[in-house]
Amino acid sequence: MQSLGVLEISRRDLLVASAATVTVASTASLSHSQTNAPAAPQSTKTSFTVNGERRELQLDNRTTLLDALREHLHLTGTKKGCDHGQCGACTVLVEGRRVNACLTLAVMHEGESITTIEGLGQPGNLHPMQAAFVEHDGFQCGYCTPGQICSSVAMLEEIKANTPSHVTGDLLARAEVTPAEIRERMSGNICRCGAYSNIVDAITEVAGRKV
Amino acid sequence: MRFDTPATTNPIDQGKVVGQRIHRIDGPLKTTGRAVYAYEWHDPNTHYVYGYVVGSAIAKGRIGSMDVSAAKRAPGVLAVVTSDGIGDLKKGKYNTAKLFGGTEIQHYHQAIAVVVAETFEEARAAAALVKVDYAEEKGVFDLEATKDTAVKPKDGEPDSAAGDFDAAFETAAVKFDQTYTTPDQSHAMMEPHASIAAWNGDELTVWTSSQMIDWWRSDLATTVGIDKEKVQIMSPFIGGGFGCKLFLRADAVLAALAAREARRPVKVALPRPFLMNNTTHRPATIQRIRIGAERDGRITAIAHESWSGDLPGGGPEVAVQQTRLLYAGANRMTATRLATLDLPEGNAMRAPGEAPGMMALEIAIDEMAERLGLDPVDFRIINDTQVDPENPERPFSHRDLVGCLRTGAERFGWQDRTKQTATRREGSWLVGMGVASAFRNNLLVPSGARVRLDREGIVTVETDMTDIGTGSYTIIAQTAAEMLGVPVDKVAVSLGDSRFPVSSGSGGQFGGNCSTAGVYAACVKLREAVAQKLGFNSPDELTFAGGEVRVGDRRMPLAQAAGDEPLVAEDRIEFGKLGETHQQSTFGAHFVEVGVDVATGETRIRRMLAVCGAGRILNPITARSQVIGAMTMGVGGALSEELVVDKERGFFVNHDLAGYEVPVHADIPHQEVIFLDETDPMSSPMKAKGIAELGLCGVAAAVANAIYNATGIRVREYPITLDKLINELPEVS
Repeated sequence: MQSLGVLEISRRDLLVASAATVTVASTASLSHSQTNAPAAPQSTKTSFTVNGERRELQLDNRTTLLDALREHLHLTGTKKGCDHGQCGACTVLVEGRRVNACLTLAVMHEGESITTIEGLGQPGNLHPMQAAFVEHDGFQCGYCTPGQICSSVAMLEEIKANTPSHVTGDLLARAEVTPAEIRERMSGNICRCGAYSNIVDAITEVAGRKV
Repeated sequence: MRFDTPATTNPIDQGKVVGQRIHRIDGPLKTTGRAVYAYEWHDPNTHYVYGYVVGSAIAKGRIGSMDVSAAKRAPGVLAVVTSDGIGDLKKGKYNTAKLFGGTEIQHYHQAIAVVVAETFEEARAAAALVKVDYAEEKGVFDLEATKDTAVKPKDGEPDSAAGDFDAAFETAAVKFDQTYTTPDQSHAMMEPHASIAAWNGDELTVWTSSQMIDWWRSDLATTVGIDKEKVQIMSPFIGGGFGCKLFLRADAVLAALAAREARRPVKVALPRPFLMNNTTHRPATIQRIRIGAERDGRITAIAHESWSGDLPGGGPEVAVQQTRLLYAGANRMTATRLATLDLPEGNAMRAPGEAPGMMALEIAIDEMAERLGLDPVDFRIINDTQVDPENPERPFSHRDLVGCLRTGAERFGWQDRTKQTATRREGSWLVGMGVASAFRNNLLVPSGARVRLDREGIVTVETDMTDIGTGSYTIIAQTAAEMLGVPVDKVAVSLGDSRFPVSSGSGGQFGGNCSTAGVYAACVKLREAVAQKLGFNSPDELTFAGGEVRVGDRRMPLAQAAGDEPLVAEDRIEFGKLGETHQQSTFGAHFVEVGVDVATGETRIRRMLAVCGAGRILNPITARSQVIGAMTMGVGGALSEELVVDKERGFFVNHDLAGYEVPVHADIPHQEVIFLDETDPMSSPMKAKGIAELGLCGVAAAVANAIYNATGIRVREYPITLDKLINELPEVS
């Protein structure tokens, strides 16, 4: 772990660099740099369960859960669409809750249980949500799809647990699976191919089956 | 196979497989995370390392010096390749801006270095240590301010004319003259550009995300300075493209150069915030439209002029294209002008030309209809044409725009639209309906394929065609299944590999029709080979069905034609002059209902319908998905999508998915799509045409027209954000 002192120094460096940027910009030349080479990165032995299997990794502390899954465990079903929490392509389930795997460091998940798209189902043995996405053509390029599916599985559980959303009209009544609720709760998962109409149909079908 | 006479009856007309609702054959792979995209190739015996890009922090000028000493000393770093260090590299044929090499900076975030390290984290950290001194030059970034300096582009047809527009407009009974603007837009596909490059001696293999395998292969070879034959490109799954992956991009070049330097296979992905400024975008336009008509609504004069900008050597956004063909009128002109801008490279994005052109034209048609006191559906029908209006000798191959409009009006309940604007109120919502025509040309591009029949009766199709979400895997499997009389699950499709025959690739909505026509051609050859092998004279007397070859009472299993060695056939479709003698285009109509919050000006889409006439629909499931996806993109174009230009520093400010707002789930209602039942024998043996871009053309205008109908406010500058409405909204009561 970095000490508070190191963080403070970094922040001061950042301010200096920013100030320099402004100054040099006006003289038609820019510099963005820190001159001191940083110390060697620290790493941590981390273990968690992925799709029911216990995995132990020695990871650079800066490694996101997303990169731990993709680059270290080669579970590349979880996608990197933006790497900073804006698109939802990296959605996985951590202890049953949906999480943007790019916004959380792997070392923060010691001992936890993670489910990725590979753990939900396989070709020939699809999870009902995966089957519904195929049935309703709830995807095109397929890149946001694992995130959409993980997100929708957890989202239905959130409704079942009566967690309200922005569009829940009556906080005293039970949350319901309506198209408006699905759209609101799924809006963190962007699909540029524009399969939204079909995705809502797929989720509605699965919810109908379950609820 | 040369296609130069209209298609007659052929095996595709059976429609046992082609035209059926077949679910995507790659669906189980994509929904379970097993489809492997560019950055995800993994050979357990290979030790991959990571490259991280450094981009220019200025828009125009030169690199004075680069200090990479700190980066090189950083933990894990294996190599640093810099643009000034490597010197000038040849530019690919299809690129306007250089992707890498030399000291000149042409645009913000142009790649100037790649740092290679053992891990992604180390490469990223070290990339931040590269110190650059720039000699910045003043650039030009404001289209509006440079409009008057725009010139006639050298290529294409910048001017068109028929009759005498000026005279006819001058004397027209009813006249209309307005100017519209469309902003720079970003493809913003979900998978950022990514490549893995590996050298084996002087041979280079690149796993990447490419719409056009052969273009990438040629341009990568040129840029890296090796023979094309030494380059292999692999791109079996592509996380969206919309035009942004048509042309070679920096990730492939950087990965190749970094792998050569580091002597290890290198993975490079462009970070999301690089995409808008490092790659290409749809250029902004300023469009002036003039229409003159008789009082009965017949157009007598129509003019469309467009201005856009690009880097030196680049091209214009051909926003006037559809106006040459969509509506009748004896006197007409178009003009396209190009300004020089130092913004990132402008280039093709889904339906280049027609998408922004229809955004303007279809508002203008709505405005003119109102001026004439005509229903906008009727005004469009009155001005339908079955011939190229510039050259009446030249008919459309097939055109049922009127059918699209009439069918849509009936199904959408158009008769309930209030003629008077801002008169339909539901609670806090002002409600309105809008319509627009859809139009996009049908392009014909040669396409090759190889088909192989093995002794198990499995048919394998190989072509360098790509599936960017369009459904290529599925419609190619359907084509081969129909031609050889086997079920789809007996067909294996391999795509996106430069070792396979060169295809049309994915672009310009030509991929579906052309690539399947190429597979058709190869299957015709395979049928001949099967006939010969089984001792028949001609395949024409044979029926291929149920996994058998049948003639009279004789039935033989298809698989019997293959021996120990599979039976292989290869061919390519080439197109004759049918595209010249006949105008080939696709048609549609978009209907939209919106609600505009009377207090905030927030627009919500309530209902959407598209009716499309685009030849044979090869697969109603995947075709419908193309159209609803395009309608969604059109909503973005209408309401939120705009790359905001910093006119001082010269870059797109909102360069990520939080700042550049594409539609999300909450923005899109249930969408309806109707396909007219038609075929176009002029287009190919498949009798199909493009659909993927048609679905986008006109959507934004239909939204704009619905907003006008709801509020009485006519916004002519996209996107129609609430700040453009709020001051004009009726008093809240």
